[in-house]
Amino acid sequence: MTFLSANTVNHVAQAATVRMLAGALAILFGTFLVLGAGFAQPSAVHNAAHDARHAFSFPCH
Amino acid sequence: MFRQIVLTALVAGGLAGAIAFGAHTLKAVPLIAQAEVYEKATPASSPTPPHAHAQAADTPAHDAWEPEDGIERALYTLLADLVTGIGFAFVLVGAIQVRGRAIDATQGLMWGLAGFATFSAAPALGLPPELPGMAGDGLVERQIWWLATAFATAAGLGLFAFAAPLPLKVAGVALALLPHVIGAPVHPAEAGPLPAALAAEFAAVSLVTAGMFWAVLGGLTGYFLPRFARPQPLAD
Repeated sequence: MTFLSANTVNHVAQAATVRMLAGALAILFGTFLVLGAGFAQPSAVHNAAHDARHAFSFPCH
Repeated sequence: MFRQIVLTALVAGGLAGAIAFGAHTLKAVPLIAQAEVYEKATPASSPTPPHAHAQAADTPAHDAWEPEDGIERALYTLLADLVTGIGFAFVLVGAIQVRGRAIDATQGLMWGLAGFATFSAAPALGLPPELPGMAGDGLVERQIWWLATAFATAAGLGLFAFAAPLPLKVAGVALALLPHVIGAPVHPAEAGPLPAALAAEFAAVSLVTAGMFWAVLGGLTGYFLPRFARPQPLAD
């Protein structure tokens, strides 16, 4: 049987929370980039990213 | 940890995006250029006159600014490929962090395969890769279906792979199938000006390129993520 001090348990729980939070933030930021390059409506953005949108098979027209 | 995530996403995503740009330039862009010849030469008798879709409220107008053909257009494609590559890399690294297990290049490849299923295979099942001149109205509806399908596939795969109870695994499969049961808002097939062979070739090129991109992105992410880690003082 392993005994963990309350302090150690606390640290492990904190590290897991930080890790999950960092992961969620990364997913949000990545989604923002992909939406900007692949889905944003303004014509200038659409025309600039046009060939990449087609090649990545995002709906484009 | 933030440094590790950002460095991995920039390096793996940047390299995978650059490789995607190379493949796009060699294989996809020439087909897009061919399709644009047909798109611009649509005969007046066609149900869809040239640029009619530009007037649709939810479709970007083609009279607006666009890059000059040649170097400028290629540079914007490179930029868009890099932003897309780095964006997908952040999503992938984020998912790996939320999962919270150690990773190497081989496991990264598996994550890349999941990315391909989520962002290429599943959406393409309802909305095949399209060339200029292939689709008209309902862009926003198709974008929403695409994004919802990607989300359902990611969540479904996550449940199937990581949830322990069998009913949750079954729910994951059901969730991944749901968008295909509902069905994509497909543009009614009409006799467009594009040769079917061109569209078929583009669909193959697009999916194979995407498979390559995700294999590279997954493998590199798995390779770099542990290497950019700082020694964790609380890890022992």
